[in-house]
Amino acid sequence: MAVSTRPAPPRSGGPALARQSGGRRKWGLRRWNWFGGSLGWLWLVVVMVPIYWIVITSFKTRANYYVQNPLAPPTAPTLENYRQVIEADFTRYFTNSVIVTAGATLPAVLISFMAAYAIVRGSAGSRFLRSVNGLFLMGLAIPLQAVVIPIYLIIIRLQMYDTLMAIILPSIAFAIPLSVLVLANFIRDVPKELFESMRLDGATEWGTLWRLAFPLTRPALVTVTIYQGLGVWNGFILPLILTQSPDQRTLPLGLWSFQGQYGVNVPAVLASVVLTTLPILICYAIGRRQLLSGLTAGFGR
Amino acid sequence: MTVLAPPPTRVPERSTSAGGRSKSVSWMVLPALAVFVAFGIVPLLGALGLSFTQWDGIGQINPAGLDSWKAVLTEPGLLHALWVTFLVMALSWVFQTPMSLLIGVFLAAHKRYRGLLAVLYFIPLLLSSTAIAITYSALLNPNFGLGAGLGVELLNQDWLGQGNLALGVLIFVVSWQFIPFHSLIYQGGVRQIPTSLYEAAEIDGAGKIRTFFSITLPQLKYTIITSSTLMVVGSLTFFDLIFVLTAGGPGDSTQVLALEMYQLGFKANLMGPASAIAVILVLVGLGLALLLRRLGGGSEADSQLEGV
Repeated sequence: MAVSTRPAPPRSGGPALARQSGGRRKWGLRRWNWFGGSLGWLWLVVVMVPIYWIVITSFKTRANYYVQNPLAPPTAPTLENYRQVIEADFTRYFTNSVIVTAGATLPAVLISFMAAYAIVRGSAGSRFLRSVNGLFLMGLAIPLQAVVIPIYLIIIRLQMYDTLMAIILPSIAFAIPLSVLVLANFIRDVPKELFESMRLDGATEWGTLWRLAFPLTRPALVTVTIYQGLGVWNGFILPLILTQSPDQRTLPLGLWSFQGQYGVNVPAVLASVVLTTLPILICYAIGRRQLLSGLTAGFGR
Repeated sequence: MTVLAPPPTRVPERSTSAGGRSKSVSWMVLPALAVFVAFGIVPLLGALGLSFTQWDGIGQINPAGLDSWKAVLTEPGLLHALWVTFLVMALSWVFQTPMSLLIGVFLAAHKRYRGLLAVLYFIPLLLSSTAIAITYSALLNPNFGLGAGLGVELLNQDWLGQGNLALGVLIFVVSWQFIPFHSLIYQGGVRQIPTSLYEAAEIDGAGKIRTFFSITLPQLKYTIITSSTLMVVGSLTFFDLIFVLTAGGPGDSTQVLALEMYQLGFKANLMGPASAIAVILVLVGLGLALLLRRLGGGSEADSQLEGV
């Protein structure tokens, strides 16, 4: 279903198409895109300069940072900033982030997958499933920030304040609507004959879910998992209001408090930015293709 | 318009088997439903309920009738926060949409650059808002930031110290993070436009600019609505970014609704009025989503490929 999985359409697309002959067409392409193209490359520079700056500055000494040209690479690169960040308990925050991200994303995608399967397979004959689907769709429009106060109240009443579980449960809830939507769209693409032949073979719905739908929607599952995982990993407001002790901090919150504490030491602060982003970059390098095609397809409809 | 390559054949569903089947699958929806109701729907209703109470966040919750609503609605802070929220939403849309559209059109036509640009373009989306906000507050520091370091007078402003500049910086940072993403959405949309439309325009002798406005733009209607929905609804969720970048300041010049709610609730310990603002936030979000859906009109499938 992803754009990239379709057979490439035999067209160059875009308004870049020229008027008449092939020769003029090429020329036309170039002329039009002079504008869009320079904008595209210009924006790439705008995007990359801060990132380049973060990376080089994180290797500068403090003294160096104040005197050197900000865009020049460090004259005497140092790992001191990274040492300082790691000593400031970032391993702890890192572990917390991993627990929260895995603990929220995997169950969320799993139960969303089951729900999506039920909605696709049963909606035709069940009012209940149709209204549940409607409820999830409405959930897409609820901003998380708007409900943090009641969530805070619920978490206190459940005696879970200042635990990682407090972050995990609402994170699961808010990952469900979009996951169900995307996964249901993918499951709908599975040809009906396959379901039918599973049924004739005597497979239960539970068996069909795992042996047919699961392998066939694996790309979508990966995309949704990465997307939701990214959201939880970078989440800030839930840890901010639901935890309090440094022991329970996740990376974004740790980053924020580190900045509050060492704000003047810019290279160290930027080293902490690099360290918190590195795990995501590694995941991105691994799952890039699927994430890109899945996301653009999911939103492009 | 649908992005799917539809399965080659579809056997019409037999309604007889559907009834029995739905019973055997219905239970599978329950775990997701339970968690979503407990931590999504109940809090939503809870916000409404709490807006009629008085609570300091720790002690007893007491009913307070309309007190919170009266306090919130008569306070100038709310109007200001609504205005700032609207400004952030409108300005970020106005800046991002044409940029993303043009870059998207370019990416769609140039396969060679698309791969490379897509990889790099995606990086800002991976960073947390916290990391981005921290980076920019260091980068824009008037004493030790980029402007001071390069000695470029124009860049050397007290970016986050003056109301209008801070708002501008906020819009820029949002665009920095999201224009690449929306460009990718638009390039997906452009690649779905049937070539036959361009061929027809060619035969009719339409120029490039004319073709862009008469074919590309109208054909991208649904992509524009999707992208705008994401931008507009997303702009309500810039809490993290603003909280770390400006904390609503200087003064209250970047004080959006979500921030107003947080400060009333968790700083001033006035959970009642904060909940009233939360309800307003939900209404704004739902209202916008419905409005944009309306703009989309009818079913997507029929009108998009009209005349092909």
